[in-house]
Amino acid sequence: MKEVSFTQKLHIDGPLLFGIIVLSLIGYVVLYSASDQNPDLIIRRSIHLAAALSVMFIVAQVPPARLSGISLWFYLVSLGLLILVLFFGETGKGAQRWLGVGPFRFQPSELMKLALPMVIALYLSKELPPPSIGKVFMVLIFIIAPVLLVAKQPDLGTAMLIAVSGFAVLFIAGISWKLLAGFAVVAMSSAPVIWNLMHDYQQKRVLTFLNPEQDPLGSGYHIIQSKIAIGSGGLYGKGWLNGTQSHLEFLPERSTDFIFAVFCEEFGLLGVLILISIYLFIIARGLYISMEAQHVYGKLLSVGVVAGFFVYIAVNMGMVSGQLPVVGIPLPLISHGGTSMLTIMAGFGILMAVHTHRRLLSN
Amino acid sequence: MAKQPSKKVLDRNQNLVQTRIYWTAALILVITGAILLQVINLQVIRHDHFTTLSKNNHIKILPVVPSRGLIFSSDGVLLADNRPSFTLEIVPERVADVDSVIEQLGRIIAITPDDIQRFRDLKRRARRFEGVPLRLNLNDEEVALISVNRHQLPGIDVVASLNRYYPLADSLSHTVGYVGLIDEEEFENLNKSNYSGTSYVGKSGIEKAYEDLLHGYVGYQQVEVNAQGRKIREIYREPPGPSKDLYLTIDASLQILAVQALSGRRGSIVIMDTNTGAVLVSASSPGYNPNLFVDGIDRNIYADLLRSKDTPLLNRTLQGKYPPGSTIKPMLALGGLSRHVREPGSETWCPGWYSLRGSTHRYRDWKKEGHGHVDMVHAISQSCDVYFYVLARDMKIDLIHETLTDFGLGKRTGIDIGGEADGLIPSRQWKREALGQPWYPGETLIAGIGQGATLVTPIQLAVATAVIANRGRLVRPYLLSEVRDSATGQQVIRASTHEARRVIAANPGDWDVIIHSMREVMHGERGTARSSGAGTEYQFAGKTGTAQVITIAQDEEYDEDEIPEEFRDHALFIAFAPVEAPEIALAVIVENGGGGSRTAAPLARELLDHYFNRQKRLETG
Repeated sequence: MKEVSFTQKLHIDGPLLFGIIVLSLIGYVVLYSASDQNPDLIIRRSIHLAAALSVMFIVAQVPPARLSGISLWFYLVSLGLLILVLFFGETGKGAQRWLGVGPFRFQPSELMKLALPMVIALYLSKELPPPSIGKVFMVLIFIIAPVLLVAKQPDLGTAMLIAVSGFAVLFIAGISWKLLAGFAVVAMSSAPVIWNLMHDYQQKRVLTFLNPEQDPLGSGYHIIQSKIAIGSGGLYGKGWLNGTQSHLEFLPERSTDFIFAVFCEEFGLLGVLILISIYLFIIARGLYISMEAQHVYGKLLSVGVVAGFFVYIAVNMGMVSGQLPVVGIPLPLISHGGTSMLTIMAGFGILMAVHTHRRLLSN
Repeated sequence: MAKQPSKKVLDRNQNLVQTRIYWTAALILVITGAILLQVINLQVIRHDHFTTLSKNNHIKILPVVPSRGLIFSSDGVLLADNRPSFTLEIVPERVADVDSVIEQLGRIIAITPDDIQRFRDLKRRARRFEGVPLRLNLNDEEVALISVNRHQLPGIDVVASLNRYYPLADSLSHTVGYVGLIDEEEFENLNKSNYSGTSYVGKSGIEKAYEDLLHGYVGYQQVEVNAQGRKIREIYREPPGPSKDLYLTIDASLQILAVQALSGRRGSIVIMDTNTGAVLVSASSPGYNPNLFVDGIDRNIYADLLRSKDTPLLNRTLQGKYPPGSTIKPMLALGGLSRHVREPGSETWCPGWYSLRGSTHRYRDWKKEGHGHVDMVHAISQSCDVYFYVLARDMKIDLIHETLTDFGLGKRTGIDIGGEADGLIPSRQWKREALGQPWYPGETLIAGIGQGATLVTPIQLAVATAVIANRGRLVRPYLLSEVRDSATGQQVIRASTHEARRVIAANPGDWDVIIHSMREVMHGERGTARSSGAGTEYQFAGKTGTAQVITIAQDEEYDEDEIPEEFRDHALFIAFAPVEAPEIALAVIVENGGGGSRTAAPLARELLDHYFNRQKRLETG
């Protein structure tokens, strides 16, 4: 038997932790610039990071077998809280997303980002893959219930994120390509229906995305300004703290959703390549952990977590660079904001748990 | 585990999952590639283009707020004006510590806790680097004080803007309504681009109903800014889509006269054009001063308005519900005629009271000694209750309900500013559903004199009166007569008068009887309102009404002087004129005013005199 290393005893995955630390450091650098060197934000970021790392560490200690045992309850509770939000939620920026418990406020939709892959992984790991058609439809119900509730809040970005991490698990579990093609057809033909169900402001965002100049005072402005910031960055960028777009207040939401534009302006294509490499490194490590996992539950769950993480990156970058509508999703570990960071780190905790409890269990 | 799958099956499944992970990785790479391509497109291929844009990007886009459309009466009196006013604004992003700046300002000019609260509310939803109002309506001295201290106060601006002002104040408050600061809920529902830079929105009345026309479309200007974001010059300006000026059907001089006639008493007067439905007067008394609401009303004043037993905030014309009393007698009589329940000439004996068969309860006539033998014309002109008890008994509640509903009573008239109350015309079905009880015959008698559960609004009464004047055709009341472009003064829309609908089919002879008996009310020897009809140069048709507020017991006498004011009868009066070619219909209600003939009819006479004298002056002069 191989000797158990120090990190393994702590249930920490070294390469993953390395990626996270490098990313967080880049996050500090960009946030410092994006916030106009506001030390306040840096302190708050540190508190968020400390809390999120602790959560990751705690989650990593939980053996996947234990995690699978609470999956169903976790899902049901999260779903219940989403329903509560519908009735008692606090409104912020036009959407009902928050639930207040005493002095704390949290978004149940964040819990669902993990609860959904967990429950699907549990459900599909009971039998050997590929899943039967009946199971696939059951999984669809698991996915659709929370997605509708979140979309109703309305929070399209998060709804999409939850849906993708659910579908990712279904995909990994080996759903047949024919069925997948069927879903694609249904999804495309239901697009007009969804369009009609959308709120005015959501429809407007899509329209604005297609033609940003149409609304120069509203969300079109964000996209126009953000493209100017990225494009003027060029190969090597304008240099740290030198982004004119960012510092002349042309760029909205620049320390949160649009921080990628600040990054692009100041660090250029070179910086983008480095940033994407680090993201890909973390994703690759996540997928490797999934492949190495010995139990189907861990395998499926890890891919769900990795897929969720990737959707954050893809949707945020796509939105900021003008390829996707503005849906308000942060760039993981770079954007300012505590809630999503907690969820992402908890996800990494799950990946670490899947990996580090593996050999101990096989013994 | 019950069944252990063979190693081969296990491997095949393991491989399936493994393959799918590779697929996932491939998909992730493809999507990442697509994002990267776009970044390369922006940063390498179109780099020069964006660099140029970025260098020129000392340009900001600011909203250009359209100035709110004005509101005029039909006789050209300005009802809602825009007045220049100065606002003190703070740009929170340019201020190190907002609280200390507010404190500093508080030493220079007066800043109330309400100002600070409103500032905090507005600040939460303000765009970045947008001025947030702290003090509104600065006077000249305050503007001067701020200007002198300006160098010590970065991030502070005094902004000139236009503020809503209602010159007529209390006289037309309910109809014109008022604007106020946009609240949280309105903010979520408004088009945010179109309202960027707008602080006020219509809250009630015309201001709310025609918000879209009054507001117009926001324009924008591209301005060059310096590194601190201060405007240096304007580069391009897309002017705002001009707002619209509204011309109402309201006749301001008549309206003011009506409000004066009510002289602060609780009540309402409606005058409408019988041919078009145009509302010339919509007086609800007492009124309130809408100017108090524009910048957020003081909490204590608002509490007083809410608590006042005169309920000044209630638009009595549309929302006040009153028993119509005897004013519905002509309408019921017409229902009896057209359905052949009564002949005009057939007489009823009135001894001063009436009892249902098998009951000892006496339904009293207002005239204790009775009217003797009365036919329909006399029953209406002298307002004989016994005649109508018997008619109601014969018509039954179903036909009463149908007739009154046909006249438009007990349902919303559809006037263009909305906010109407329904009122109620009782029926068997209503009583079963609302109270779970069957209909009793005695209630039919009470309904026959417009008492009991029957409730109507003043606007409904005016509409029903116009139906009589129009011999069965109903017109929908409206307030907006004309829309003009505020920039060019060009007429954009002329309110189309809705086609009058025939709601009641009756013989011309039947209408002649009803209209003749209403003429007799005013001009007949024994008409209940003959004192108000005496000596007119025009002929008019009317009907008085007195609605009980409390029930008088069988053995009690109603003595006005002994009853507290709020329990005295409501005085009502309806009329139209001239009889031969009706132009206007009117409804007057004075709450707890006593008798309709004594209190309400003289007010109507005063207004009709004014209307026709002015018309005559215009014709001769």
